[in-house]
Amino acid sequence: MDSKKPNRRRFLKGGAAAAGLAAGVVQSAKGQAVSPWREKGTNKEAIAYGERSRFVTSVRAPVAERDSPDAFGLMFHVLSPLQDSVGSITPSSLHYVATHRGSYIPEIDPKEHRLMIHGMVDRPLIFTMDDLKRFPSVTRVHFIECIGNRSKPTHKTVQETHGMTSCSEWTGVLLSVLLKEAGVQTGASWIVAEGAEEIKGASSVPLGKAMDDCLVCYGQNGEAVRPQQGFPLRLIVPGFEGIFQTKYLRRIKVVDRYYMTYNDYGHINPDPKVSALGNQIGPKSVITYPSGGQKLPGPGFYEISGLAWSGAGAIRRVEVSTDGGKSWKNAEFRTPPYPMAHTRFALQWKWDGKECELQSRCTDELGTVQPTRAEAAKYFNQTLDRNFRVPGADNTVQPWRVASDGSVHNGLV
Amino acid sequence: MGSSKLLPLVTILGICGHLGLAQSPTYGLGRTPTAEEIRNWDISISPTGKELPPGRGTAKEGADLFRQKGCAGCHGATGIGARAPALVKGGPPAEPGKAPPPGMEGMHMVPDTGIMALRSPFAVTIWDYINRGMPLNREGTLKPDEVYALTAFLLYKNDVIKEDEVMDAQTLPKVNMPNRKGFADLPEWKHGVPRLAGYP
Repeated sequence: MDSKKPNRRRFLKGGAAAAGLAAGVVQSAKGQAVSPWREKGTNKEAIAYGERSRFVTSVRAPVAERDSPDAFGLMFHVLSPLQDSVGSITPSSLHYVATHRGSYIPEIDPKEHRLMIHGMVDRPLIFTMDDLKRFPSVTRVHFIECIGNRSKPTHKTVQETHGMTSCSEWTGVLLSVLLKEAGVQTGASWIVAEGAEEIKGASSVPLGKAMDDCLVCYGQNGEAVRPQQGFPLRLIVPGFEGIFQTKYLRRIKVVDRYYMTYNDYGHINPDPKVSALGNQIGPKSVITYPSGGQKLPGPGFYEISGLAWSGAGAIRRVEVSTDGGKSWKNAEFRTPPYPMAHTRFALQWKWDGKECELQSRCTDELGTVQPTRAEAAKYFNQTLDRNFRVPGADNTVQPWRVASDGSVHNGLV
Repeated sequence: MGSSKLLPLVTILGICGHLGLAQSPTYGLGRTPTAEEIRNWDISISPTGKELPPGRGTAKEGADLFRQKGCAGCHGATGIGARAPALVKGGPPAEPGKAPPPGMEGMHMVPDTGIMALRSPFAVTIWDYINRGMPLNREGTLKPDEVYALTAFLLYKNDVIKEDEVMDAQTLPKVNMPNRKGFADLPEWKHGVPRLAGYP
């Protein structure tokens, strides 16, 4: 050991001991309390791969309906802590997770992993991960949201009401580039994308979408896609429901019709209107601060902050109401409004200490406006009450009720 | 004179050039899979059943397999009301708070709406799902005859086919499924077009 060299850790330890600070706190010259250097902060693992502060405790949580891992070790649906989110990128470790039926997370050796493209193509092809990384790369920010992400009156926090959406910077190859390499034949109209996990989950994607902007991704937020997110390869179908974002992607078959896989048929509906609202996520927004379960310490200045996204493109406008939807003010964007991406919005607000209701609503680049529950009920000619279930995907406005003591509650009643 | 002789040649070159751009690969990466590799990997089954393998099975054989292969362990001896989703109609509605099968959110409270044999518009989808995803922890181990038999068993238990009907690559796609016409076509997806104009 290099005992002759100055050692920061030993110096700090010695300093603390010399000062006799039994409480373990050093008062710095600038008056801020700091803990002495901790052994944990210097271990080899933390040097090799950094960890967050032990004071930051934000974590994901399983959905109320089913635990993860369950008695068999299966992972089902796990919610992202949106109430603690800042900016627009979800840390990979806090990205929501949903699996087809409860799944084990497969351990896949990327050296062994292959992607096959076949079916109605001139040249069926098999790619290794190295092959795929030699293609021109594309990096884009996209959200993913589970179709089951819907607020209920029983939900208390934004993690429960909206936690099945997250946003990452994805890196990979355009699927259109790979399909052109294979040469799509006349008459093809859909693809079936399939994963390599035990259940070989498969979803049908319209060929038009596949050729438009789908990404075959090996990268997420500057590193390899995480195992819970589909390592080593994940198909990103921007703006479509989570179930299309095929993890552990191993095969793409080009076909001549909607293949109606197990994943697909769960989404069919006899009502053409409900059917039309599936697949692509509508414009949606939610205030993450202040949100359910949080508490405002007292009257005064706050920045109302939230996320907005749309499966149809970029967010053009977000409005915020502090009077239960009677009047609206334009919010500012705090992150660039990328297409099919979470966009952070904010509105400066002075709370007068009185009971009030906060709402946000967004408009996407097609001019489609996020509906309220009342508007959705009216459109579908249904009664608006506690049991009203928004047909199709639920992208309705989320109300948060601020009580006079500063506590924030779900405004759905 | 000269130009009229050249014209056909120019036309031919033009066509070749165009097709060449459209058809030849730009990057030349990856390799061609063998026919055997494609056969082994390709487990997708069209609603028409065109990829269904040879084999056959009946509901009676399926009833035995349902016990032997451990299906009953998770789905219940009668296919109703165990830990895994119900496979046979007539069970009680799911309890409030119990997780619905994927895609069944909001529908699982109504009895029988999540039953594969009643909800799937095509019988081949049941074959495909059993083939790729069952039994739990031994996925992909069933032989085609076994998958046909188990599919026949589920169809029979839900009154979709008769007990002695043989299911094979010809008969399975022709099964008259109760929900065959119970779904609306999805609107064609187009970039920049709202999914449902006028909503809300």
